[in-house]
Amino acid sequence: MALSTPASDTSLSTPGSSAPIGALASPGTELRGSSLWRDAWRRLIRNKLAVAGGLTVLLLCLVAVFADFIAPYSYTKPNFGRIYEFPSRDFPLGTDQLGRDVLSRMIYGARVSMLVGLGAQVIVVLIGVPIGLISGFLGGRVDLFLTRFVDVMYAFPQLLFVILVMSMLGAGLTNIFIAIGFTGWVRIARLTRAQVLSLKEMEFVEGARALGAGVFRQVTRHILPGALTPIVVCVTFGIPEAIFTEAALSFIGVGINPPTPSWGQMVGENQQFLRSYWYLCVFPSIAIAVTMLSFTFFGDGVRDALDPKMK
Amino acid sequence: MLRYTVYRLLWLVPTLLAMALVTFLVMHATPGSPLDPVAQDANPLSPEAQKNLAEAYGLDKPLYEQFGLFVGKAIRGDFGQSFVYKTRTVSEILVETFPISLFLGSMALAIAVAGGVALGILAAVYQNRSWDYLCVSLATLGVSVPNFVLAVFMIVLFSFVIPLFPTGGWGSPRDWVLPAVTLALGPLGIIARFTRSSMVEVIRSDYIRTARAKGLAEQPVVLKHVLKNALIPVVTLLGPMFAAVGTGSFFVESIFRVPGMGRFFVLSMTGRDYPMIMAVVLIYGAFLALMNLVVDLTYGVIDPRIRY
Repeated sequence: MALSTPASDTSLSTPGSSAPIGALASPGTELRGSSLWRDAWRRLIRNKLAVAGGLTVLLLCLVAVFADFIAPYSYTKPNFGRIYEFPSRDFPLGTDQLGRDVLSRMIYGARVSMLVGLGAQVIVVLIGVPIGLISGFLGGRVDLFLTRFVDVMYAFPQLLFVILVMSMLGAGLTNIFIAIGFTGWVRIARLTRAQVLSLKEMEFVEGARALGAGVFRQVTRHILPGALTPIVVCVTFGIPEAIFTEAALSFIGVGINPPTPSWGQMVGENQQFLRSYWYLCVFPSIAIAVTMLSFTFFGDGVRDALDPKMK
Repeated sequence: MLRYTVYRLLWLVPTLLAMALVTFLVMHATPGSPLDPVAQDANPLSPEAQKNLAEAYGLDKPLYEQFGLFVGKAIRGDFGQSFVYKTRTVSEILVETFPISLFLGSMALAIAVAGGVALGILAAVYQNRSWDYLCVSLATLGVSVPNFVLAVFMIVLFSFVIPLFPTGGWGSPRDWVLPAVTLALGPLGIIARFTRSSMVEVIRSDYIRTARAKGLAEQPVVLKHVLKNALIPVVTLLGPMFAAVGTGSFFVESIFRVPGMGRFFVLSMTGRDYPMIMAVVLIYGAFLALMNLVVDLTYGVIDPRIRY
């Protein structure tokens, strides 16, 4: 009990904000500035689950990048002589209704998943962070308008809205980026805004203002670095969410256009044959599950590493 | 509290209007029209026929007029005729299917709350022991794996390997088990994780130490003193939970062939069934907003420190 009391005491002192301030206290000296990240890295490495998750993610990325070299067969070319074959030596995970190798299709499916996961987050950050910064820093009528807008967007269940946008735009990878970017920025904008609101009252920002720093300098040099930690955490959790969204969209047939394979699409197309050809559905399902779990473990690790008090 | 409730209910009006407007704009600003739907088996129509149809459905009017007409009718509960199921009005379809989805969702929520809280308590009491790891891994599985993937695993496990439940349908209570459990697993995981961390925090507090110091047995301490206070933050989770169960139910309904509203989510959208889309989005939005209000009010009741 004696050990746990100090831990609960520290958690009371403004969670989240104290770590960035330590890092920002002297922006000139690089040593202090990098120590937050170095500490975080050390904590992350010590977390076995997070390392396992991170390595799996890395492996998936490599598979996605080198899909052309790894895949034993083409993912589009039908082979009508060998349709619906159960897993065998020739086809380790079997063949589908057109005789295409399931393993090869899954390897290319990894490409889609990774692309969506990372690409969509880039868009989400590029939209959400500036809006959050502007809203939080300028305040006043701009802030009021933006928060109201964000509130309305928040009332939409994201998946429902993504499905709506996708079915209106039509299936396709670019449209998935647009749909997720269009709906996903809301949370990160809220988060950034909250961070900015608390950070801009801090003494070091006031100090910068007193020394004559302009809005741009205040935001980019003083506020953004402080708000970075929660944004990074938000992004690490946003990646699996985007992957999930793509899988869900493709599952219902408004995601990736065939013949480009996607795990969600493979599950969706074959779920009605589950009893007869279980492997068509089960292997992509396992791929989705493993990917999501790896990202979750890695994300949990990143969050705990960057903000050890939250655990 | 009454003032707060009225205030929140009044806010519902502009929120729903804004939702309707955003949906309306997305529908009309994107290329394509319900008259040449991207859906399968669409009939190619002659230009004259298209023009007549547009007139019949009021699609030839200017956009602001269409929106105004829609709002006017929607207030009276009239969402118009479905474009895809031409013989039925949207309200008829929803009256038939919404209760089924609601029933499935309520069962799933009940399972999620009961199971999640139980798992969370176990994990917190046996912190960092095998029980804890089991609970946390189960919770992580539920949180991170999409429910249509879980559904595949559930069917393989509990219909094929161990033939306990049917793979789908909605006739007997036996059919309810797999869809409800599948739908519950995600929210269950979230509740379990949250209950655990909230319990762990409360267990460390001074008044729990006092309760133990005065000689209370472990069980009443955990159930009366810890749980009561630990559950307060968990209640806030219920709002987003409704959303998760609601959207999740489309996938679960389609895999387990449940004749609920979820099916119309996507059918109406890919078929550009404008009246149906508007109705589904609005019902969903209104339901969520109401549930969030209920959750907020409950929060005030169980935690007397919160005043509205």
